[in-house]
Amino acid sequence: MNSTLTTDRQDERLSGNEGLRGAIADVVERARGGDLGVIPVVVGLIVIWTVLQILNPIFLSSANLVNLTLESAATGIIALGIVCVLLVGQIDLSVGSVSGLSGAVLAVLFVVKGLPVWLAIVAAVIMGAVIGWVYAQLFNRFGVPSFVITMAGLLAFLGLQLYVLGTKGSINLPFDSGLVNFAQLDFVPAWLSYCFAVIAAVWLFGSGYLHAQERRRAGLSARSLSMLLIRSLALLAVLAFVVYYLGQTRGIGWMFIFFVALVLIMHYMLSRTKWGRAVYAVGGNVEAARRAGINVKAVYTSVFVLCSSFAAVGGILAAARLAAANQSSGSGDVNLNAIAAAVIGGTSLFGGRGTAFGALLGIIVIQSISSGLTLLNLDSSIRFVVTGIVLLLAVVVDSIARKSRTSHGRA
Amino acid sequence: MSPTQQADSVLSLRGISKTFGAVAALTDIDLDVAAGQVMAIVGDNGAGKSTLVKILSGVHPPDSGTITFESRDIHIPTPAAAHKLGIATVFQDLALCENLNVIQNLFLGQEVRPLRLNDVAMETRSWDLLRQLSAKIPSVRVPVAALSGGQRQTVAIARSLLGDPKVIILDEPTAALGVAQTAEVLNLVERLRENGLGVIMISHNMADVQAVADTVAVLRLGRNNGVFDVGAVSTEEIIAAITGATDNAVSQRQARRKEGLPS
Ligand SMILES: Nc1ncnc2c1ncn2[C@@H]1O[C@H](COP(=O)(O)OP(=O)(O)OP(=O)(O)O)[C@@H](O)[C@H]1O
Ligand SMILES: [Mg+2]
Repeated sequence: MNSTLTTDRQDERLSGNEGLRGAIADVVERARGGDLGVIPVVVGLIVIWTVLQILNPIFLSSANLVNLTLESAATGIIALGIVCVLLVGQIDLSVGSVSGLSGAVLAVLFVVKGLPVWLAIVAAVIMGAVIGWVYAQLFNRFGVPSFVITMAGLLAFLGLQLYVLGTKGSINLPFDSGLVNFAQLDFVPAWLSYCFAVIAAVWLFGSGYLHAQERRRAGLSARSLSMLLIRSLALLAVLAFVVYYLGQTRGIGWMFIFFVALVLIMHYMLSRTKWGRAVYAVGGNVEAARRAGINVKAVYTSVFVLCSSFAAVGGILAAARLAAANQSSGSGDVNLNAIAAAVIGGTSLFGGRGTAFGALLGIIVIQSISSGLTLLNLDSSIRFVVTGIVLLLAVVVDSIARKSRTSHGRA
Repeated sequence: MSPTQQADSVLSLRGISKTFGAVAALTDIDLDVAAGQVMAIVGDNGAGKSTLVKILSGVHPPDSGTITFESRDIHIPTPAAAHKLGIATVFQDLALCENLNVIQNLFLGQEVRPLRLNDVAMETRSWDLLRQLSAKIPSVRVPVAALSGGQRQTVAIARSLLGDPKVIILDEPTAALGVAQTAEVLNLVERLRENGLGVIMISHNMADVQAVADTVAVLRLGRNNGVFDVGAVSTEEIIAAITGATDNAVSQRQARRKEGLPS
């Protein structure tokens, strides 16, 4: 009997969690132990969509959802950076200001100084990277808590943004520029969208199949062929439906594809590279990471640089979407929306837990609330209150999950 | 200590001192660890054992003194430097990341294929290592937080065996272990010695010390308080040195030897 068991399944205490039922049982078991993953955000999304759809039948219309994806991209990219800083147990409160400053720098260089747009973009992103690098230096050398450093940054870069924009306070980007097109008018043709869906499903199946083969050769347990097929067919069905439904109106914007691509890249970086492991390790136990020979300071530096750079990219896309950079770019709720998106997406404020996909799911929740309430003709006062409550709920769920992990020995 | 022992020592400390604020944790420590030898370090709580371990593993820099490794004077400024030299450590507090699973902890900082992690190779190797220690860990894919104290200790020990260490330092490796695992760890220590590694083992358990160590170094209040040959010393004598009962034959002989007087 034992000889038929794979290396990793020989302990008699292991229950036979194999196949589809096993996979589901596994998720339930982990959730009960407080390892919730993306369950709360998916449940939350279903609830929010149902409520908003009942309140206003336009909410789930194709046109509105297309709009929602486009509105998500800029802040979603900022949230992706926030996920990284939260993973190492730090915070960046200045992403809104940095995104606003980045939009302003882009507009000044591109419109006022007449530089080519790509050069203006590169300059704005480099500026973001430098800001992150300075944060990291202050953090690493002087040990100032990151929320204080970035709070100072929040104010300083808001000031710099106003200064850069000058007395006019607003610079319009030309409507015929590629950047504005990219953010407003460029949509993926339907056939290509379906191709993307198929490629994603085939990729999921192919990589899963090769991985399972490799595991079997090494004598480890692996997903069965039928499981892999079910998984990728499910993905194909979901993606094809999304493409079909959004395709009823304008379809999927390139800007949203760009956001999703960044999410996938960050997912790979965080889960499949040595750097990603170091990020989780630093967030879990800095001292242990240091003793394992990880260059902790370099990890902090990389994460702060990444976060500010993503904030700059988000600011550029926000300016492109608006076709303008003005004094209120990046102000108000951008900061909190980005942080809320990361937390709602399951990134723990205590560090060491979270995924890149959390940023995607979280920002869709935030934008759904925003768009739903706008459709109901409720003004921003109520929107702020509701977003605040949702953020609070997410943090409470995070804390309860952490407690539950402690009592189930998974802290 | 005889000159021949010093000649083949892989790791020698001379005059190592370390203070934390007003606390002199270590004062003027000398120590020689030979290849293929197990050196036990014993001492009361707060005697400075873990501090010595942290100096050797690059966690704290010493305030003064020299460290010689394979007859070269070295500095161990960072844990990475210690890894590179071939000094592996199991810390008393284990230093594991609770949010990471067993495989991720074992290979932390030494992952296979940095840009496209090779999970399969790492998982296979993890099972090999754990099997070698007769670890009772049902799954290597659970976060370390879900393991018992002894299972965690086994993981920490397994981690030190990765790579190709020349000196292994174990800070109270059997403190949380069950009967079978303790025996397994002691067997492992003997295997390490047979393979020509230098082993430093810190323990409060005299039976373990007597079972595997070749020499015992006693620390007392941050100072050397004698180095004994395990074959030629009784448990009572070691305990006397630990507690500082000065009116016994061994410590008097030690004291005389230190001063260069005939014994
Ligand atoms: N990081 C630190 N900061 C301040 N003091 C410290 C630090 N680490 C150790 N000490 C002090 O140094 C002394 C020696 O501590 P150490 O941990 O080396 O003892 P130990 O011999 O390992 O004891 P135990 O048997 O309890 O593990 C103690 O007095 C302790 O308070
Ligand atoms: Mg100790």
